Amino acid sequence: MSDVKFISPDTLEQAVDVYSKSSKEGKTKILAGGTDLLVQIRSGISQPDTIIDIKNIKELKEISNDNGSYTIGAAVAGAVLEEEKNFGNNWPGVLEALRLIGSEQIQGRASLGGNLCNASPAGDSVPALIASGATVKVHGPEGERDMPIESFHSGPGKTNLKNGEIVVNFQFPKKQKNSGDAYLRMIPRTEMDIAVVGCAVNVTIENDKCVDARVALGAVAPKALLVEDASKALIGSNFEKEAVEKAALACEAACNPIDDKRGTISYRKKVSKVLFKRALEKAIERAKKG
Amino acid sequence: MAKIQVKTKINGEKTEFLCQAYDTVLDVLRRDLNMTGTKEVCSTGDCGACSITMDGRLVCSCLVLAAETEDKNIETIEGMAKNGKFNVLQKTFLEHAALQCGICTPGMLVAAKSLLEKNINPTETEIRYWLAGNLCRCTGYDKIVKAVQAAAEEIRENA
Ligand SMILES: Cc1cc2nc3c(=O)[nH]c(=O)nc-3n(C[C@H](O)[C@H](O)[C@H](O)COP(=O)(O)OP(=O)(O)OC[C@H]3O[C@@H](n4cnc5c(N)ncnc54)[C@H](O)[C@@H]3O)c2cc1C
Ligand code: FES
Ligand code: FES
Repeated sequence: MSDVKFISPDTLEQAVDVYSKSSKEGKTKILAGGTDLLVQIRSGISQPDTIIDIKNIKELKEISNDNGSYTIGAAVAGAVLEEEKNFGNNWPGVLEALRLIGSEQIQGRASLGGNLCNASPAGDSVPALIASGATVKVHGPEGERDMPIESFHSGPGKTNLKNGEIVVNFQFPKKQKNSGDAYLRMIPRTEMDIAVVGCAVNVTIENDKCVDARVALGAVAPKALLVEDASKALIGSNFEKEAVEKAALACEAACNPIDDKRGTISYRKKVSKVLFKRALEKAIERAKKG
Repeated sequence: MAKIQVKTKINGEKTEFLCQAYDTVLDVLRRDLNMTGTKEVCSTGDCGACSITMDGRLVCSCLVLAAETEDKNIETIEGMAKNGKFNVLQKTFLEHAALQCGICTPGMLVAAKSLLEKNINPTETEIRYWLAGNLCRCTGYDKIVKAVQAAAEEIRENA
């Protein structure tokens, strides 16, 4: 380990250059807040021979608002994003999901980009990002491309990033009038634990009718899911009991969870329905406020 | 062996050190700079005993690489008392017996100070949430929360 290199480039091009030349062997690691990476290094799961700190790259630390469409740098920490009050007014569900990660100390470092790239099926911000309809911009040796969040992962711990690609930022759609999002997770404790189920809902309402809906689940499958059948059940409804029940059943049907000490398969499936209904209620309440 | 040279500021003083890429700030503070006030318990971000601030943000020093501190402003427990005088939190922790073995205390103090810099009138719930990443196996937390409330009150009175 004495020869391990640490670099902190100022530009994306420099970072991508180093990363693409060496990441084939998987021994070069990107460092954002380090709240996953340093734990993995300490436990021996990860033993990079080069560490690229991306926090000196301007685009990755930027927060901008272009006429209501937010762009959030991949390495912006939770505590920093929280101080951008208007972001939380637009996307309270995304902010609450990111802010659920760890303690205040972890929030001083943990980023959306790190949560996404770590690719844990239980990563809290991922369902909320999917429900928001955000896209992620990545930069690699062949230039830039955008991906919807729901197609970013290929399995637990695995992403569809190509060799040398770095996540640059998240682009949120302009928030619709009378829309609202919410994220809820079920954990055995009240703080500092991993989700057994996470559910995010984003709805738009016009004249009491649901005109748009996106529903996403976390921790119930190898990767976070966009539940399109739940959206279909909600769109066009007045959120009447039957429509909500149909959407809840679609959530249950989408689950393909593991059995572990945090929750059995049948428990996770049942909780997904309950959590969906609660997140929906919260999203509707927010949508009605504007 | 190639070492990384880092120039940083710790408690207002310019500091230079050499480190390896995997060294954390915590490793360098305790092992090389002989600043052992910052405690190491879990090394995985769970306990908060290693809390410091970096450019004013509360972080776990076990989850920050030493090489990342180039040109940063680090504050540790050693910088808390000024000119031989306790910070108000150190005083109220003593008055309220908010420590027993003392291992969690430096981290608690650093975290509580960072809360009071943001909010001089936190509710009990806000204090408990803010300190949720600081584990204490001795006190049962109640005395710690009371000490933070007392410090907040003193700060408000003197404001
Ligand atoms: C005590 C504790 C509690 C936690 N609680 C939670 C929780 O409740 N919910 C939860 O979801 N997570 C939790 N986590 C995990 C972790 O904090 C989050 O996943 C966090 O969002 C990671 O962000 P980071 O910036 O620290 O990532 P890092 O550790 O810097 O990076 C994570 C991974 O992503 C890669 N990466 C980072 N940024 C990029 C990029 N821009 N482009 C390409 N690759 C990149 C890194 O190489 C690494 O493999 C917890 C961690 C700790 C230590
Ligand atoms: S030693 Fe850093 S959080 Fe426990
Ligand atoms: S006083 Fe012993 S751990 Fe807190």
